Amino acid sequence: MTQKATVQPKDYKYGFHDDVESVFTSGRGLTRNLVEQISAMKKEPEWMLKFRLKALDIYEKKPMPSWGNTKLLKLLDFDNIRYYVRPSEKTEKNWDDVPEKLKNTFEKLGIPEAERRFLAGVTAQYESEVVYHSIQADLEKKGVIFLGMDQAVQQCPDIVKKYMGTIIPPGDNKFSALNSAVWSGGSFIYVPKNTHVEIPLQAYFRINSENMGQFERTLIITDEGSNVHYIEGCTAPTYSSDSLHSAVVELIALKGSKIRYTTIQNWSNNVYNLVTKRAAAYEDAAVEWIDGNLGSKLTMKYPAVYLLGERARGEVLSIAYAGKGQHQDAGAKMVHVAPNTTSTILSKSISRDGGRTSYRGLLKVYKGALNCKSNVRCDALLLDENSRSDTYPTMEIDEQTASVGHEATVSKVGEEQMFYLMSRGLKEQEAQSLIVNGFIEPFTKQLPMEYAVELNRLIQLEMDGSIG
Amino acid sequence: MTEKTVLLEIDNVHAAIEGKSILKGINLTINKGEVHAIMGPNGSGKSTLSNILMGHPKYKVTEGRIRFLGEDLFGIPVDVRARKGLFLAFQYPLAIPGVPVAKFLRLSLQSVKGKDVPVTEFLKTLKAKMKLLGISDTFIGRYINEGFSGGEKKRHEILQMALLEPTLSILDETDSGLDIDALKVVASGIEHTRSPERSILIITHYQRILNYVQPDFIHVLADGRIIKSGTKELALELEKKGYDWVLKEAGLPVTQQAVSA
Repeated sequence: MTQKATVQPKDYKYGFHDDVESVFTSGRGLTRNLVEQISAMKKEPEWMLKFRLKALDIYEKKPMPSWGNTKLLKLLDFDNIRYYVRPSEKTEKNWDDVPEKLKNTFEKLGIPEAERRFLAGVTAQYESEVVYHSIQADLEKKGVIFLGMDQAVQQCPDIVKKYMGTIIPPGDNKFSALNSAVWSGGSFIYVPKNTHVEIPLQAYFRINSENMGQFERTLIITDEGSNVHYIEGCTAPTYSSDSLHSAVVELIALKGSKIRYTTIQNWSNNVYNLVTKRAAAYEDAAVEWIDGNLGSKLTMKYPAVYLLGERARGEVLSIAYAGKGQHQDAGAKMVHVAPNTTSTILSKSISRDGGRTSYRGLLKVYKGALNCKSNVRCDALLLDENSRSDTYPTMEIDEQTASVGHEATVSKVGEEQMFYLMSRGLKEQEAQSLIVNGFIEPFTKQLPMEYAVELNRLIQLEMDGSIG
Repeated sequence: MTEKTVLLEIDNVHAAIEGKSILKGINLTINKGEVHAIMGPNGSGKSTLSNILMGHPKYKVTEGRIRFLGEDLFGIPVDVRARKGLFLAFQYPLAIPGVPVAKFLRLSLQSVKGKDVPVTEFLKTLKAKMKLLGISDTFIGRYINEGFSGGEKKRHEILQMALLEPTLSILDETDSGLDIDALKVVASGIEHTRSPERSILIITHYQRILNYVQPDFIHVLADGRIIKSGTKELALELEKKGYDWVLKEAGLPVTQQAVSA
């Protein structure tokens, strides 16, 4: 192994690196030949290859974003990234068939327990391929399709073809183009009409190869009157050079349906996390993004909901934690196209130890979208003098009947609060963690219990690691 | 009576906040099992005294010593003092949004006891204490002092005192601004905490609390010093005659705002 000293706190729990032999590893850098190779290896239909190649052309022409943390973006070396790594030959459905070494990694991540506890189905992405996937019998009976995205291309090409790239076209931005060209893995969910998926569906993603780009692609469609809750948690090990994670997630909530998409990300401090997430909500549909961002060097992520049908509802609830050397540039976009649509954004950020958080948001109300309501709230918590938080809210309201509320607060952990908690015997770090946990409580209370506990623990770990 | 054990020894303590001298030579000894009351007008140094005893980083002891069970407290941080058995009931307890009372109290109890307290055992203890003090169950799920009325905040402080069972409890004007019911909760909390092993220091502006709690000793604090000490007779005398004579005796100007009952 070539693991070198890193910027990680010494006890970064998920910084282990298993010696897994990959079946295929692409060289560094991106070529047309590589894209063809990926498609061939996946035995993809012609239309998918075309989709990839067209995206590659767009990617090569697209400039880098001219906003956000351009300084850090410039440091991203595209030629030094492996765009495709395939760790094992086939997709496993049964836990017993998963290779022992991969299993060890998953066990360190707590996947089996998590499954025992509450999972309906698991898609765990190890490097670029879905290797483990299970789905409960009753889901199949209901007609719910929960597959790895690669499998979906093979098994239900019509539906994939119909929706993929419609919400986020390859040309949307440089990174969506890149993803469209080299994507691998991710989840595909289709919930049929009037079907309710009671238990959250979950995927666990993990990068485990130095400089490996992770380009998963997720597509979720809820048909009329149905609902689903999808949960995705990410953690990455520690490496000495930069990794890129650039996912594309498209959600389509048809009439009267509901999607909740929960993400907790905990990338190691060298990962560029540049993700495009967007949803379309039709008449009476609801989409909720619950988005937690820890770790990474730079995260740029703005989950969006396009409210396309009357009375559609969009919600983004997010937290970001930035420690030393980190920049969390996160936010949300709500686009009101139809009348009587409503949206809520609650963004909470914590900066510590010189870390930087930014809220970047867009609220747009089109003319004719009568009586829309939107409420935006951003709260920033600074844990010390060196840390930073900025807010960049953009509002484009072209409709006079819109009712819009916006509130932003920045607070510091006060000496008096610390004194109060510590006078009850709590150590400095415990007191600080408690204040932080309280601050993000509106977020954690939306998570399943296990995730809430895990999130609080991760934050504790981050804070422990950065003291002294 | 058995021999007295010295719990707290304040020896010629001078203290300042942001360079401003507030305490000018405090001497006070509290033995185990004793209840002391310190009374004094506004600006006499009452809050400074409670803050330096607990170890607030803003308040500096510039001269003298404080010993707790024989150990010099100088330089010992607030959380360590708490684990040694010191407790301060705050005059203005702060809200900590999003942190449930029960979570906070369990963490506190575990810190002070220095061991894990299983949830079921904790809830049993907590509920027993709440019942004892006549505090409603709805407290448990609320966030620390968030949206609490003045009386609820003080009840919460007293509940913490009852739960943590500190060796020395300092009550910083816990009685001010309370209605009779809340005052009774505070008084009953003090009575329940009272034991031969534990001591209480009541710092107050008003004599009213002394109608419900009988201290062993009463001290008058003015201009950063204890200018008079006595037993409960002193409280009665103060109630009858006011403060002026004590101030005069100490050579202090009587124009200072005196305590009104």
